[in-house]
Amino acid sequence: MPDPAYLAGVVAVAAAVTWGLRALPFALLAPLRASKVVPYLAASMPVGVMAALVVHTLRHTSLTAPPHGAPVAIALAATVALHVWRHNVVLSIAGGTAVHVALASVVFTG
Amino acid sequence: MTRAQDVRCTLRDSLSVGFAAAAMGMAFGVLVTRSGLHWWWATLFASVIFAGSLEFLLLGMVTALAPLGQVAVVAFLVNFRHVFYALSFPLHRVPGAAAKAYSTFALTDEAYAVTTRPEAQAWSRARILWLQAFVHLYWAGSVTLGALGGTLIPEAVKGLDFAVTALFLVLGIEAFRAHRDVPAAVVALACAVVGHVVFGEQMLVAAMAMFTAFLLARYAIGRRRA
Repeated sequence: MPDPAYLAGVVAVAAAVTWGLRALPFALLAPLRASKVVPYLAASMPVGVMAALVVHTLRHTSLTAPPHGAPVAIALAATVALHVWRHNVVLSIAGGTAVHVALASVVFTG
Repeated sequence: MTRAQDVRCTLRDSLSVGFAAAAMGMAFGVLVTRSGLHWWWATLFASVIFAGSLEFLLLGMVTALAPLGQVAVVAFLVNFRHVFYALSFPLHRVPGAAAKAYSTFALTDEAYAVTTRPEAQAWSRARILWLQAFVHLYWAGSVTLGALGGTLIPEAVKGLDFAVTALFLVLGIEAFRAHRDVPAAVVALACAVVGHVVFGEQMLVAAMAMFTAFLLARYAIGRRRA
C-alpha cells in the first residue's frame, strides 16, 4: 500500500485543484454579473452541459464490437419514453437503469 | 419555509441524485479496497476531493505512485469543465462567505444539474445548501458502504452505472422542456458527439467550450439584429 503521507498529499492536491476550478471562475466572472449575457447563458447552458455529460458517461460503449451498444441504446430509449410518459425524474432513472441492468446482465451477456 | 420543510423538500429533490450516487459510489468503494487501500481512504477521497470521475482516475494513479505534479495536472484537466458552471450556477443566491465556500466546494456535476433545473429557479439559500450537503452525504456514504461491504451487489449484476447516464439524460430533457429551444438542443448534441469523436477523453471541456461559443455567437448576432 502507498504510504499515508503520499496518499494524504494526493488528496490535498486533488482537492485544492478541484476547489480552485469550482470557485475561482465566480470571482473572475464577477464583472459580468450586471451584463445581460450571463442570464442568457444561465438559461441556455444546462442543455449543452447535460448533452456533454451523457455522451461522456457513454464514451466507453463500443458500437463496433458486439452487442454494438444495443443495451445502452434500448435503455436510453426506455428512459426517454418513460420520462415523456410519466414525467417523474426518479421513476425514469430507476426504470431506465433497470432496463439496462436486465439487458447487460441477462440478455447481452456475451 | 421552515428548516424541516426545507430538509423534506430537499430529500425529495435529491432522490434522483441519490440513486445515481449510490450506484457509482458503491462501485468506487469496492475498487478502493480491491486496490489494497484501507476502507477509510475511500471515505476520505469521497468527502474531501468530492469529484467522482477524478477519484476513479486517481485510484489508478496512486497505485502506480504517480508524482503529485501529475496528480495536479490530471485534476486540472478532468475538472476544468467546472469553469463553465460559474456561468449559470446560482451562487448569487447563496450569501455569506462560509456558505459560498461550501457551495463552490460542493459544486459537482450533479449539484449543478439539479440546482439549474427550471423548478429550482426560486430555491432559497437553504434549499441549495441542503441539496449540496445531501449529495455530499450520498456520495461519501455509498463510497464507504462499497468499501466496507465490498460485494453487497453480486458480480452478475452489470450495468448499474447507467444510473448516472440516466440522471444527466433526464435532467437534460427537463432543461430542454424549460425553453423548448430546438436549435440549441441540436447544437448541444452535435457538440457532445463531435467532442467525443475528435477529442476523446478531453471531450467534456471541448464540447462545453464549443457550445458556449455557439451561444455567445448567437447572442451577438441577435443583438446586432435587434
